[in-house]
Amino acid sequence: MRKTLGLAALAATLACGGANAQQVNVKIGVLSDMSSLYSDIGGAGSVVAAKLAIADFTAKNPDVKVELISGDHQNKPDIGSQKANQWYDVDKVDMIIDTPNSGVALAVSQVTASKNKIFIVSGAAASDLTGPKCNANTIHWTYDTWMLANGTGKALVKTGGDTWFFLTADYAFGHALERDTAAAVEANGGKVVGKVRHPLNTNDFSSFLLQAQASKAKIIGLANAGGDTINAIKSGAEFGIVKGGQKFAGLLVFASDVIALGLPTAQGLTLTETWYWDMNDANRAWTKRWQAERGAAGKFPTMVQAGVYSGVTHYLKAVAALKSAADGKAVVAEMKKTPTDDPLFGKGTVRADGRKLHPAYLFEVKAPSESKYPGDIYKIRATIPAEEAFRPLKEGNCPLVSG
Amino acid sequence: MFEILGIPLTALFGQLLIGLINGSFYALLSLGLAVIFGMLNIINFSHGAQYMLGAFAAYLLLQYSGLGYWPALIVAPVLVGITGMIVERLFLQWLYKLDHLYGLLLTFGLALIVEGVARNFFGSAGLPYTVPESLQGGRNLGFMFLPNYRAWVIVASLTICIGTWFVIERTRLGAYLRAATENPTLVRAFGINVSRMITLTYGFGVALAAFAGVMAAPVYNVSPQMGSELIIVVFAVVVIGGMGSILGAIITGFGLGVIEGLTKVFVPEASNTVIFVIMAIVLLVRPAGLFGRRG
Repeated sequence: MRKTLGLAALAATLACGGANAQQVNVKIGVLSDMSSLYSDIGGAGSVVAAKLAIADFTAKNPDVKVELISGDHQNKPDIGSQKANQWYDVDKVDMIIDTPNSGVALAVSQVTASKNKIFIVSGAAASDLTGPKCNANTIHWTYDTWMLANGTGKALVKTGGDTWFFLTADYAFGHALERDTAAAVEANGGKVVGKVRHPLNTNDFSSFLLQAQASKAKIIGLANAGGDTINAIKSGAEFGIVKGGQKFAGLLVFASDVIALGLPTAQGLTLTETWYWDMNDANRAWTKRWQAERGAAGKFPTMVQAGVYSGVTHYLKAVAALKSAADGKAVVAEMKKTPTDDPLFGKGTVRADGRKLHPAYLFEVKAPSESKYPGDIYKIRATIPAEEAFRPLKEGNCPLVSG
Repeated sequence: MFEILGIPLTALFGQLLIGLINGSFYALLSLGLAVIFGMLNIINFSHGAQYMLGAFAAYLLLQYSGLGYWPALIVAPVLVGITGMIVERLFLQWLYKLDHLYGLLLTFGLALIVEGVARNFFGSAGLPYTVPESLQGGRNLGFMFLPNYRAWVIVASLTICIGTWFVIERTRLGAYLRAATENPTLVRAFGINVSRMITLTYGFGVALAAFAGVMAAPVYNVSPQMGSELIIVVFAVVVIGGMGSILGAIITGFGLGVIEGLTKVFVPEASNTVIFVIMAIVLLVRPAGLFGRRG
């Protein structure tokens, strides 16, 4: 009697399980710099962007259930890969997104491939992620060093800045950005006259700027980001770099950096980004939602955070189509097969080497007199169409493609 | 042109001057730390956070009450010094009899809290603060362009450092203070209010950190993590100079600034590790530090 009851109970439970088989369960992890120099670029704002994407998607697709967690990689590759391992193995995360800091992104990309999960890089820049270090589980979403180098670098050389001195952050990202920009400068007829490598998170740039001044290069290329770029530009203003006739090229500058510098110091800076909050009505509407959710009316989302929204949206579409998030390679293949379409980046594609394609924009920072409201910091100088903005597929040396 | 290892001599002079300027910040900060440790035996790990509070106070004073740089140089250290004194009365006074480690843990915890709260309200990218009008521009010295503000940093720092050293080592007030740390019971027996003196001393050390913060605001990025980036180096400076020695902190601060500046020219990638290499060597050879007198 007891055995029969037990069997009946078991059958009933299994039947209940069967009824829920339509539901797809997905777990997403936002791995970012939550506490240090890149935390305004990604950080808590990226978590908010992911939340918005999940809310928008599950409203139209109630049979997909999404769980979101977040973590801090502290800009250390060993902590980043340890977190990724723990999330994939213990916490059953299916996809990791964001990760500003190329050193961490490269490490997490390897971990992801070995566990057949998915990694969408919105925050990091090194173009190696779709080059020699590409794999079938990683997609590079928002921007990369090649795009920055050819956007800003080419534009500046063509307008007369033909001698360059590089100030490079001494790690994977800085080296990649310096390499790609030097190549772009030389391809367009310019010359690199010197370079100096500084440790990540450097407080004081006066010594390096002195060397840049001595080189007499027309352009001082800042192959760094976040707090380092801000410090360099601030010191540059003090040492009369611009008054002395040299110009800064901010190779990677985000809206959050420009706001931190203030328009009086940052005006005239030329930079390349792939998304700006004030470009169209869809972006403005999303920004208001982001600000409300973030609880920060004075902050503006960066392209990295917009990229997180876009990446999560496309990922969830692929998972819903396949009805499962388990096989990383299969989901990535689906993401490459399907064209992308979201309110922020519009229509685009994901290429065979994992590179997401969309247009890039050359911006110039407005002067204080031109800025009419808080956040009004850029004027658009040029639009680079998607086919030209990113490195051609053949030049990448990605094993997935040449093989 | 005469060259040393590929660097022209004029460029080298420029780098030495830059090193001296950075050394001024190190000296100011390590002075505060040395005062607090030498007088109170507290390892003040919240020194970096207090430096950051000084810079933030300068920014907030400008934003909300229109007080510019010059008034902020006095008001900000006083305000932050008062918060320091409150911390001392509430938390630190119970720890004097215990192992140094407790003071370290408490102040470290406070630093994390202060930094986290600041990041929550202001974000990490930083806040704009410009060089005051009267100090903008600079002069061309021939071998380099020296911004007026940086020249002011050296002058102010030297003045404060020498003044503090003088007060502590050469005046009666300083003598009372030094006596109070060596033998508080005896000094109390003479009718001197020892605990008030200790509170004021901690407040003064904190005010020194905040003063360095206000000086840094126009030239360094005013962000919540500005203190934690600097404090580790400053601790290395204090350890090399000798934990209890005021003069040691000042001289080592300037000296290490110059050495770091030279490293930035010859081996720039090593510039943030050279101070720790020196610290390791000094600790092997002279564990009490170059000027230290405690064992």
